[in-house]
Amino acid sequence: MRFRTESSPHMIPAHSVSGVMQQVLMALVPGTLAMTWFFGWGVLVNVLLGVLFAVAFEAAMVAARKRPVMPTLADNSAIVTGWLFALAIPPLAPFWVTLIGIAFAIIVAKHLYGGLGYNPFNPAMVGYVVVLVSFPREMALWPAPDTLPESPLTLLQTLQTVLTGSLPGAQEWDAVTRATPLDAMREGLVSGRTVGEITASPLFGSFTETGWEWIGNFFLLGGLYLLFRRIIHWHIPVAVILGVAVPAGFFWMLDPGSYASPAFHVFSGAVIIGAFFIATDPVSASTTPLGRILYGAGIGVLIFVIRTWGGYPDAVAFAVLLMNMVAPTLDHLTRPRIFGRTRGGPPPGGGHA
Amino acid sequence: MNPTLTDIIRDGLWHNNPGLVQLLGLCPLLAISGTMVNAIGLGIATTLTLLLSNVLVSLIRNHARPEIRIPVYVLIIASIVTAIELAMNAWFHGLYLILGIFIPLIVTNCAIIGRAEAFASRNSVPRAALDGLMMGLGFTGVLIALGALREILGQGTLMANAHLLFGSWGHNLTLQFYPSEHGFLLALLPPGAFMAMGLLIAAKNWIDHQFEPEPSASHDESTAESSTAPDNA
Repeated sequence: MRFRTESSPHMIPAHSVSGVMQQVLMALVPGTLAMTWFFGWGVLVNVLLGVLFAVAFEAAMVAARKRPVMPTLADNSAIVTGWLFALAIPPLAPFWVTLIGIAFAIIVAKHLYGGLGYNPFNPAMVGYVVVLVSFPREMALWPAPDTLPESPLTLLQTLQTVLTGSLPGAQEWDAVTRATPLDAMREGLVSGRTVGEITASPLFGSFTETGWEWIGNFFLLGGLYLLFRRIIHWHIPVAVILGVAVPAGFFWMLDPGSYASPAFHVFSGAVIIGAFFIATDPVSASTTPLGRILYGAGIGVLIFVIRTWGGYPDAVAFAVLLMNMVAPTLDHLTRPRIFGRTRGGPPPGGGHA
Repeated sequence: MNPTLTDIIRDGLWHNNPGLVQLLGLCPLLAISGTMVNAIGLGIATTLTLLLSNVLVSLIRNHARPEIRIPVYVLIIASIVTAIELAMNAWFHGLYLILGIFIPLIVTNCAIIGRAEAFASRNSVPRAALDGLMMGLGFTGVLIALGALREILGQGTLMANAHLLFGSWGHNLTLQFYPSEHGFLLALLPPGAFMAMGLLIAAKNWIDHQFEPEPSASHDESTAESSTAPDNA
């Protein structure tokens, strides 16, 4: 009798890149559907466009670098980048915003640095920041969640809006869009109103506007699924959320009239999706346990600082990019002790290293 | 080690270009290249400085003692820049106000003292003059390319404010490609300057690569490598 022998590796890794990316995509579904429910078809149209553009640019760049195209596309990472970018921009943003943002994300932030695994910055966030600083007008077109349905845009009308950049019929942008809760809070505080007066608006639920709360909840659901499947570790999301909540809570307790509550900060804007889906990008984040905690906390604190004293209402993308720069240093400084050695030194007893 | 006149011209304009290869004087290069008119203005001022400083340094090259040669060069360059600054203040006042601190800062442009030390101090006056002129033109060329790229992308115009440089008929030179409110703001912001510079350097390396005498097989990524230019004021 003959025994069949196989060459190594004998243990198949539990997580392949494409498997991980598939799980991330699945986890994004509930939050994406919630956004579609509150903001209309534009979210789905943007996701579709974002994924299409991302895959097209990825294929073009891989071909230009004379690498095999299909295996690279099969790792699904371009789809995740396109999808996350599409969720970050306003649902009715014209298509060329997506085109330019994705072009920067895939070509500049990803492939000029060497492709997946070599990019120091989160590609989706680079693309988002590029369009955010370049096209402030288009990036402010957030529709009102939940109050839109006087005459909700149909799928075709949404397509028309995204492709032409102007609303169908005689509708005005001002009638469709509204300041996000973070915008409203920022403007309100600048014009001298108190947090209580701003949140007294009937649109606000218990923490922030009801629509944004539900969206946050559904992204949280997806994030918990990723945690459950061990795709991501708990360190970064927990540190990000605490990093936002702790300083927010401190200033809120000092002066609840001029600083929003920690719950408002956590459930407004992109903190939840940022904590679970963006900050946990395995390539650009820190990789040691302590490093992950410091990295996440840094993102959280920066989000609070930029929101409160900075020039933009939301800051997840800026905070992530800033901490991306620090991640290699954090990894270097927080290397775990090697078993059998003292921290940073030769093995105990002075053996040969 | 005695370059021919053709070598001097080719070095200044392309092979040893101060902006694209030596990466000297990046501070004014990146800060002033927001529009093409600013770029031309600063380019002309820098070229004049390079030309005059190279000539003067070459004239005194046998008299300045080696121990104190650098301070002497700096004094010469500073005098020239002061003269140019006063002249621009008198004749191109609008442009002078826009360029502001970057005209006096030409003194600190490493390309100028670099050429004085590396070339003018050991070559005859005509050769030094040619070198200064070509280095200056090479620098101006990069400035103009960068300025044109950023102006077209950022505000959809070319040669806006040309009257500051050419008098009132300069108004006719301004081209408008699309309404400025649709501009790509990033191109006008500092990060856009760095990215455009990286792209220009990549383009130069790519062109060189195309004309390489012996093609070697293992150069697939030459365009991707130079996107991060080392910073050097």
